Amino acid sequence: MSGQEPHGHVVPVGTYLGIFLALIAMTGITTGVAYIDLGPANTVVALAIAVVKMLLVVLFFMHVKYSPGLTRLVIVAGFFWLAIMVAMTLSDELTRHWTPESGPWSMLLPFLTKFF
Amino acid sequence: MADLAAHSAHPPGFAHQFEEMDQQRAAGNLGMWVFLVTEIMFFGGLFATYTIYRSLHPQAFEIGSHLLEVQFGATNTAVLICSSLTMALAIHSAQTGKSKSTIIGYLIATMILGAAFIGIKLYFEWYHDYVEHLVPGINFVIRPEWGHSGSQVPMFFCFYFFMTGLHALHMVIGIAILTVLTIMTARGRFSSEYYAPLEISGLYWHFVDIVWIFLFPLLYLIGGRYGSGVH
Amino acid sequence: MSTLVAPVNEPPSPSSRVHYLNASYGIRSWLFTTDHKRIALLYLGSITFMFLVGGIAATLMRLHLIEPQGALFEPGTFNKLFTIHGIVMVFFFLVPSIPATLGNFLVPMMIGARDLAFPKLNLLSWYIYIVGALFTLYAIIAGGVDTGWTFYTPYSSSYAHSQVIAVALGVFITGFSSILTGLNFVVTIHKMRAPGLTWFRLPLFIWAMYATSIIFILGTPVIAITLFLLALERLLHIGIFDPAIGGDPLLFQHLFWFYSHPAVYIMILPGMGVISELITCFSRKRIFGYSFVAFSSMAIAVISFLVWGHHMFVTGQSIYAGLIFSVLSFLVAIPSAIKVFNWTATLYKGSISYQAPMLYALGFIGLFTMGGLTGLFLASLATDVHLNGTYFIVAHFHYIMVGGAVMAYLGGIHFWWPKITGRLYSDGWARFAALVIFVGFNLTFFPQFMLGYLGMPRRYAVYPAEFQVLNVMSSAGASILGIGYLIPLIYLLWSMRYGPPAGPNPWRAKGLEWETPSPPPTENFEEIPVVTEDAYNYAHSGGETRG
Repeated sequence: MSGQEPHGHVVPVGTYLGIFLALIAMTGITTGVAYIDLGPANTVVALAIAVVKMLLVVLFFMHVKYSPGLTRLVIVAGFFWLAIMVAMTLSDELTRHWTPESGPWSMLLPFLTKFF
Repeated sequence: MADLAAHSAHPPGFAHQFEEMDQQRAAGNLGMWVFLVTEIMFFGGLFATYTIYRSLHPQAFEIGSHLLEVQFGATNTAVLICSSLTMALAIHSAQTGKSKSTIIGYLIATMILGAAFIGIKLYFEWYHDYVEHLVPGINFVIRPEWGHSGSQVPMFFCFYFFMTGLHALHMVIGIAILTVLTIMTARGRFSSEYYAPLEISGLYWHFVDIVWIFLFPLLYLIGGRYGSGVH
Repeated sequence: MSTLVAPVNEPPSPSSRVHYLNASYGIRSWLFTTDHKRIALLYLGSITFMFLVGGIAATLMRLHLIEPQGALFEPGTFNKLFTIHGIVMVFFFLVPSIPATLGNFLVPMMIGARDLAFPKLNLLSWYIYIVGALFTLYAIIAGGVDTGWTFYTPYSSSYAHSQVIAVALGVFITGFSSILTGLNFVVTIHKMRAPGLTWFRLPLFIWAMYATSIIFILGTPVIAITLFLLALERLLHIGIFDPAIGGDPLLFQHLFWFYSHPAVYIMILPGMGVISELITCFSRKRIFGYSFVAFSSMAIAVISFLVWGHHMFVTGQSIYAGLIFSVLSFLVAIPSAIKVFNWTATLYKGSISYQAPMLYALGFIGLFTMGGLTGLFLASLATDVHLNGTYFIVAHFHYIMVGGAVMAYLGGIHFWWPKITGRLYSDGWARFAALVIFVGFNLTFFPQFMLGYLGMPRRYAVYPAEFQVLNVMSSAGASILGIGYLIPLIYLLWSMRYGPPAGPNPWRAKGLEWETPSPPPTENFEEIPVVTEDAYNYAHSGGETRG
C-alpha cells in the first residue's frame, strides 16, 4: 500500500556496529577538539559533528534511509519550521539596535549602509 | 462481511480500524514521526532560547559551561549511543525471528544503559552541583571570582537544569515504555510478523539520544574548553 | 414554514436500529469509548460548557462597560474578566471547536474509514482537554488571572498576584490535546482514505482539517515550552523575560506569538472547510476552483507561521523585522481572499436555498471578509501604530472569530446535526436564531470599529464619556447575541428527543458521510466504499429545485 517491504527493511548487524563505532569515534573527536583553540571554529566544528551524528542515527538507527518519502518530508518540515522560528526571532534580536542612517536609501537597503 | 472473513487471517496485534497490517504499520510509523516533529519544536524552542541568551551573555555562559565536567557529559554521550545500538539490535532480533530472551536481553541492556545515564547525571553531576551551590532557586551562590558577569551565571544553570531535566524526564518515560515492551515480549506478543511497538518505541528512544547529542556540545563544549576555568 | 426536505418514505425511528448512540449504554460506555463519534460528542458537551463560561465573562464585561466609569467592577476585577474571557474562548472553545467535534465525527466518515488511525489517543486527547480545563476552572475560582490572555512579561512573570501558574499549566496541558488531535488527523488522512479517494477527490473540509493539523503539530509545542519557561521564571526569578534582571520581554512575545498567530488560523481554517461544504450543498453546485481552495488552505497554514511579528509592531521590535512581517502579513491575506472569490463564484448561477446552515454560511462570507479586510489596516505598520491596543483590534478579531469561526461552527452543527443525532430540528427556529445572532453580532462589534478608530483603548475598565453611546450600542448588541446563542441550545436539545427522524441524507448532499444511516452504526460503513467521483458531484445548476 505504501510501497514499503511487507515487514520493514532489515538492516544488517554489521551496519549497526559500524555506525555505532563511528558515533563513538565522533564523540571522542568532538570532546578532544574542544580543548584545542580554534577560536570561533570550535563552535562550528562541535555543532557540525553533532549534525553528522544526528544524521547517522536518523538514517540508520531510525531506518529513514529505508523509509518512504513521506517520512523524510515530515522530518525536513520539522527542522524547517524550527529554522523559521529561530531565523525570524533572530531577525528582531539582532537588528533591534540598528539605526537607520539619514536618507531614504538607508531604510531600503539597511544591509548596504551597515557594511559599506 | 468481507471483513469477517479477513479477520481470522489478520496477525495478532491487528487493530480493526485498519484494513491491512501494512497500513497499520505505516500509520504507526508516520504517527510516531509526527509526534517526534512536535518534540523537535518543543525542545527546539528551548534550545533557541538558550542560544539567544548565550549570545547575549557570552561570558556568564562560558563561566557556567566551564563549571560542567566534560568527562561525565562525554561518558553519558557514549552510554546513550550504546543504548541506541542495543535498541536497534532488539528490533533487529524481532525482525529476524530471534528468541524472546534475545529480544528481552537487548531491551534490558537498553534500560540498564538508560538508567546508568540517569545515575551518572543524578549523582556525579546534579548532586555535585548541589554540593557546590550551583542550583538556582535552591542554594545558588554567586562566586566573586566570576566578576561582573557573575549575576548572569544562575541563568546558565537554570537552562542547564531545565534542558537536562526535560531530557532526563523523556529518558525516564522511555525506560517506562521499555519496561512495558519487555513484559509484552515475555508474553510472546511479538514476532517477525508483528513488532511495530518495538519499532515505534525505538524511534522515540533514538530521538531522545539525538537530543542529548545536541545537548552535550551546546552545554559543555561550544566556545571551547581551552580557556580559563577548565578542570 | 419549515422547508427541510421531507423524505418520501418515513425513515425508521433512530431507536429501532442499532447505531453508535444506542450500541451500548451506561456512563462507562461513554467514558471509555474509542468510537470517534462518541468522542466528538464528549467534546461537544465540554466545549459548550466552556463557551458558556467564556460567554458569562463577556456578558459581565459588556454590562460593566455601559457606564464610562464602569458600572459593576473594580479595574482589577475587570482585568480578570477580559483575561478569562480570552483564555477560555481561545484555548478551550475556538481552538478545539470544529476540529474536536465536527472533525472527530466527520474525518473518518468523509474518507470512508471506520475510525481515526489512533482511537485510544483520541480518547486520551479528550481527557487531557478536561484536565487542562479543570486547572483553568480552578484558577478562576481561586481568584482569577489578570494578565490578559497574552501573558505578557514581565507583568505575568514578576508582578502579577494572580493564578498565572495554574492557568499556564491548564493551557500547557490542553495543548497536548490539540497535538494528539492533529497527529491523529494527519495520519488518518494520509493512510486511511478509501480506495479511489485520491487527494484531489477529498472534500475540502478534509483539506481544511489537514492544514489545521499541520498548525496544531508545528505550533502548539512552542507555546507549551513558552508557558513552561514563564512558570519557571515566575517561580525562580531567573531573568529570562524580566528586563530588570537581564531578560528580554520581547523574546517571550516572539515565542508566544509564534504559536498564537497560527492559532488564529487554527480557529478559522476548519470554519472555511465547513463553508465549502455548505455553499456547495445549498447551491447544488460543484465548488468553483477546487484546487485553488485546497492549495489556499495549505498556503494559509504555511504562511501563517511567518507573520507573527505583526502583533509586536509597537513593542520596540526591530523595524527591519517589522518590515518583513508586514509584507508577509499582506501576503497571508491572499489565499483567504482566493477562497472568498471561489465561494462567491460557486454561488453564481447556483440553485440556492436558504435553510439555516446556508444562512450561517452566507453570514460567514460577509463577516469574514469584513474582518479580513480590516486586518490589512493592521498589517500596515503605519496605521497599526494608531490602531494597536484599541477597540479596532478587538472588533477585527471578533469579526473573524465570532462572525467567521463561530458562525461556521453553528452552520456546521446545524448541517450535520441530522447525521449526528438522527433527528431533524425546526428550520424555522433555526433561521430565526441565525438572524438574531447576525443582528446581535453586528450591533455588538461594528461600533467597536468606530470606538477603536476614535481612540478608545482596549482592556480598559473606564473610558471617556464621549464613547458611551457606542459602548451602550455594543452592550445592547451583546445581549441580543447572547439570546441568539441560547436559542439553538433549546431547539437542538429538544430535537434529540422529539425531532422527526432524519433519513440518511435530508439535505441530499454529496459526500460519503451522507451514504450512511442517520445516526451511523459504530463501524460507520458495512463495506468500505470505493470512490469513483470527484467531490461535490452535484448536477451542474440548471434550475434543479427541491421540495
